[in-house]
Amino acid sequence: MSHSRNLALSIKAPISFPEIGVAGKTGSWRLEKPIVDNEKCVRCFLCEIYCPVNVVRVDREEGVSIDYEYCKGCGICANVCPHDAITMVEEG
Amino acid sequence: MSKPRALYREKVTLTGNHAVALAVKLARVDLVSAYPITPQTSIVEKLSEYIEGGELKAQMVRVESEHSALAVAYGAALAGARVFTATSSHGLLYMHEWVHWFSRARVPGVMAVVTRTIGAPWNIWPDHSDFMDQRDTGWIMAFARDNQEVLDLTIQAFKVSEDERVFLPFMVGLEGFILGHTAMPVEVPAEDDVAEWLGERKQPYVVDGSFPLGVGGLTWPMETEEMFIDLHKSLRRAGLVFEEVDKEYGKLFGRSYGGPLECYRCTDAKYYFVTMGAWSGDAMDAVDFLRERGFALGLVRIRLYRPFPYDRIADIMGNARGVIVFDRSISFGASGPIYSDVVASLLKARFRGDAIGIIAGVGGVDVTSHDFSKIAERVLETIERGEPLPAIAWYHGGELAIVQH
Repeated sequence: MSHSRNLALSIKAPISFPEIGVAGKTGSWRLEKPIVDNEKCVRCFLCEIYCPVNVVRVDREEGVSIDYEYCKGCGICANVCPHDAITMVEEG
Repeated sequence: MSKPRALYREKVTLTGNHAVALAVKLARVDLVSAYPITPQTSIVEKLSEYIEGGELKAQMVRVESEHSALAVAYGAALAGARVFTATSSHGLLYMHEWVHWFSRARVPGVMAVVTRTIGAPWNIWPDHSDFMDQRDTGWIMAFARDNQEVLDLTIQAFKVSEDERVFLPFMVGLEGFILGHTAMPVEVPAEDDVAEWLGERKQPYVVDGSFPLGVGGLTWPMETEEMFIDLHKSLRRAGLVFEEVDKEYGKLFGRSYGGPLECYRCTDAKYYFVTMGAWSGDAMDAVDFLRERGFALGLVRIRLYRPFPYDRIADIMGNARGVIVFDRSISFGASGPIYSDVVASLLKARFRGDAIGIIAGVGGVDVTSHDFSKIAERVLETIERGEPLPAIAWYHGGELAIVQH
């Protein structure tokens, strides 16, 4: 947490500003990893929309990519995928 | 609809609750959140009249509970509004979680607590049990003696709360009915003068969407502790700011109260009463009576309970022969809360006299100047005979009941 950006505070307030990795590398929490088969992906964007930590991106050409540094492995993307293009695989 | 300003320069007859409401109007708050509870309700009723009549340009938010009342005030205050709410007893207990959020997030704001006994059994009469229950929340806590002080203290509360050396919420205490519903003449300053003195709303940060900001998110233990150390330091500083504001207010509006403590006939006193709240007036009458009987008695009235004025207490009473602390609430199984703070202050001054904590007026039991005199005579005669005093005694039904400690 940082509590001074843009503000000249005379006191220590419990405030924070959004920035990548503010809570650490949350990818280390993961027990199962979502693996994407972009051959099956139809670019519906549901996984990107549903990801609670905003680490999934869908590109119309390339398909789905996931930022594994911060993906916690919750499996929501695999659950919402209508074409079973995402599989949860146990971490090694 | 607005009344001529000249009226407010004059004395008007106000109940304690209406004195709070008028002070809040003079402070030109932006938002009032309200949930009714006896004996507070006539504060927010009067404020809604001011708003309805166009005399106060504020938003009145009616909520479904006290928990929401303080949450709404908190949210609006975060967004930059000068806010006010009022409550009593179980309402205050219900909002207790938000009482902590308010101070720990360092948000300025003012709340009136019109005190009423906590049940069970159900009770509407005043003691200090609800107010004292907020002791450890990090709010600035002050208590008035009469309706004039209620008005002055409520105005000053905004000034202290929004001071950049402080940035903490402020709780103004007054007893229900004794002050809340009893009318007395009150001098009222001009609204423009009050508004000019208070100035624009000040707070440490604003959550208004102009840039993304999170409040109160998960924080590591070390940083959490640092914030609480800072809160504690700021609350201690609030004592100095409170005193400064009291003096400044006196110069501008003609009334100062002596800062965190009011001293009555202290100059040559060997014995002291310590009191807080409206019954201090009755206790002062008892001081006069006992002075006539030859006892060198004085009275120290706690105006500012948090931060507690340890050093001032030690300076005034460190060499006293006897100190009688009156608490209108009890930490069951221990003592009255004021007693424990006073004794801690005296310890620092290497106090060698006698101190006793009297628990009285609990549940709204009436305590008169005659009762104070009776207690003092018994205690002071015991001290002068060189006999030991108990640490704590209940005064009930005209008798002192000793509880073994």
